[in-house]
Amino acid sequence: MSDPGPIGGGLTLAVPRGALFEETLELLDALEIDTTEVRASPRRLLFSGPDLGGGIERIVTMRPSDVPTYVEWGAADLGVTGKDVLLESRDREVYELLDLRYGECRMVVAARAGDDALEESLRRLGLARVATKYPRIATRHFTETGRQADIVEVKGSVELAPLTGLVDAIVDLTATGRTLVENGLEVREEIAASTARLIANPVAHKLKAAAMNEIVARIRGVRG
Amino acid sequence: MIHRLPPGTRDVLPAEMRELRALSDRLRASFDAAGYGEVWTPSVEYEDTLRRGDERAAGAGAYRLFDEHGRVLVLRSDMTVSIARLVATRYGGVRPPVRLCYFAHSHRAVERGRGHAREFLQGGIELIGPDAPEGDAEVVALVLGALEEAGLRRHRIGVGDGSLVRELLGELEVPHERRSALLEHLSRRDLVALEADAEAIGLSPAARELLVTIPSLRGGPEVLDRAGGPVARAVEGLRELYELLAERAAADRVILDLGLVRELGYYTGAVLEVYDPAVGYALGGGGRYDELLGRFGTPLAACGIALDLQRVHAAQAAEERLG
Repeated sequence: MSDPGPIGGGLTLAVPRGALFEETLELLDALEIDTTEVRASPRRLLFSGPDLGGGIERIVTMRPSDVPTYVEWGAADLGVTGKDVLLESRDREVYELLDLRYGECRMVVAARAGDDALEESLRRLGLARVATKYPRIATRHFTETGRQADIVEVKGSVELAPLTGLVDAIVDLTATGRTLVENGLEVREEIAASTARLIANPVAHKLKAAAMNEIVARIRGVRG
Repeated sequence: MIHRLPPGTRDVLPAEMRELRALSDRLRASFDAAGYGEVWTPSVEYEDTLRRGDERAAGAGAYRLFDEHGRVLVLRSDMTVSIARLVATRYGGVRPPVRLCYFAHSHRAVERGRGHAREFLQGGIELIGPDAPEGDAEVVALVLGALEEAGLRRHRIGVGDGSLVRELLGELEVPHERRSALLEHLSRRDLVALEADAEAIGLSPAARELLVTIPSLRGGPEVLDRAGGPVARAVEGLRELYELLAERAAADRVILDLGLVRELGYYTGAVLEVYDPAVGYALGGGGRYDELLGRFGTPLAACGIALDLQRVHAAQAAEERLG
C-alpha cells in the first residue's frame, strides 16, 4: 500500500466567550499559548498562526453552548465549555478529558421565596410548570424524581417567569445566587454542580494523540 | 413547489450520484476481486430475528411497523445481524470460509438539527469462519486497500479490543455492581466522571492510575509495550494482529487504541473504526463477533467492517480540497 500521507499535527481550540472567557484565557497564558490577538479583538472569531504555542495552531471563539457542536464534527479538535452545557447536550459525541475547575456554578430548581406554588401545583394539579433554558436537564430531573412537570422553554431572563405567574418554578444555573435573591427567588433543590471542562473530538483524539496528550499533561502540570 | 422530506433523509441528484456510484463500484470491484460475493437482504426483518442477534439492533433507535398479521417488523439499523441470519439460513451445509459483501441502506432514528442521517448507505464485508488474528488482518487490509483503490489517500484504521476494558475492570477487582457505570464512562470517554467514580469506589491510587491511563493509550505499537500487565491477553492479541498487518504492508495506517469501544453488543474481539484526517467523524467501523452466528444456530467465528459511503464520499471531497 502507498504512503498514508500526513495527518497534520496542529490543533484547533474552541474558546467560549462569556462567563468562562477570562479564566480560559488565563489558563492559555499559563500554558504559554499566545492570547494577545484574542484579547485585543473582541469581535473577531478566528485566530490562527503557524503556532500559537502548546501545539495550538488556531483558536476559534464562540458562545459556550456551541462548543460541543464544533467539537463533535471536528471543526475544532479541542474545546472548553461548562459541564452544564454538556449535560444539556448529553448525546453529543465528544470526549470529556479534564475538569478545569473554574467557572463553578450550580444547576438548581428555584421558586418564589416563602411561596408554596410549586408544592401546591404538584399536590392539587398533579404537575408543576417549570421554565428553563435547559429543557433536557429539567425534564430529566423531574422525571428522575418521580414528579410530572410541564417544561416551558424560555430564551431570556428566566427569573421573570415565576414572578409573573407563568410558571411555579425555574431550573437555572446560578453561581452566587445573587440574581435569584434580587428577584425574590430561593434555591429549592440542587440538580448538579458544574465547572469548565476540556472536551475533544473523538477522531482527533486518535489521529492527533501526541499533541492532545501533551496539552492535557501541561494543563495537569499548571493546575496541580 | 417545495415538498418537504423527513429530517435526516435526502435526495441524490445526478452529479452526486455519479460520484457515489463510482465510489461504490470501485469498492465492490476490490471486494469482489478478493472473493467477497455481493448479497442483498430485505430492508425489513422480524423484530424477533434482529433481537436474537443483538438486543440493541431492534432497540430504541429502530423503526418498527406491523405487518397484516400483527407481527412486528423492524427496518434494519445495521447489516451484520441480517448477514448472520442469512449465513445460518442459506449456508447451512457450506464449509467456511464464507466471504460476503453488501451495499445497502440502513435506518435509525435521529434527533432534529444534529446533522445525522436517518437513512444511510453502507458498504461492507463480512468474513465468516476464520479466527483471530488472521481473519481480522484479512478484513482490515482489504478495507484499507479498497479505500485506496476508491481514491482515498490519508485514511487510517483504529484497532482495539472489545473486551479489553472488561478485562481491566476484572483485573483491578472493581466490584461487579460498579462496573456498568465505569463501562459507560469509558465508552463515552468521560474521563472526568471515570476518575471521580474510581475514587468514590475506593480503588487504590495505583489501580485508579491504570484505569485511566490504559484506555487512553493510542498510537503505534509502542502503546502495547506500555500497557502490559492487567490487560496482557488483549495486548497479546493486538500485537499478533499488528504483526500480520505489518506483513501485509498495512501497519502504517493502523492506530492501536486500547480504549476503543463500539456501541453494538455483539463484538467479542478486535474492534475497528475507520478515520480520515480530513473529517472529524468516523467513516465506518466493525470488529470480530464470534458468538453472533451461534445465536442463529451456526456457531462460526466472524469479522466484518461497514463503511458509511456518504461519509467516505465526503472525506474524499475534503481530501481533494485540502490538496
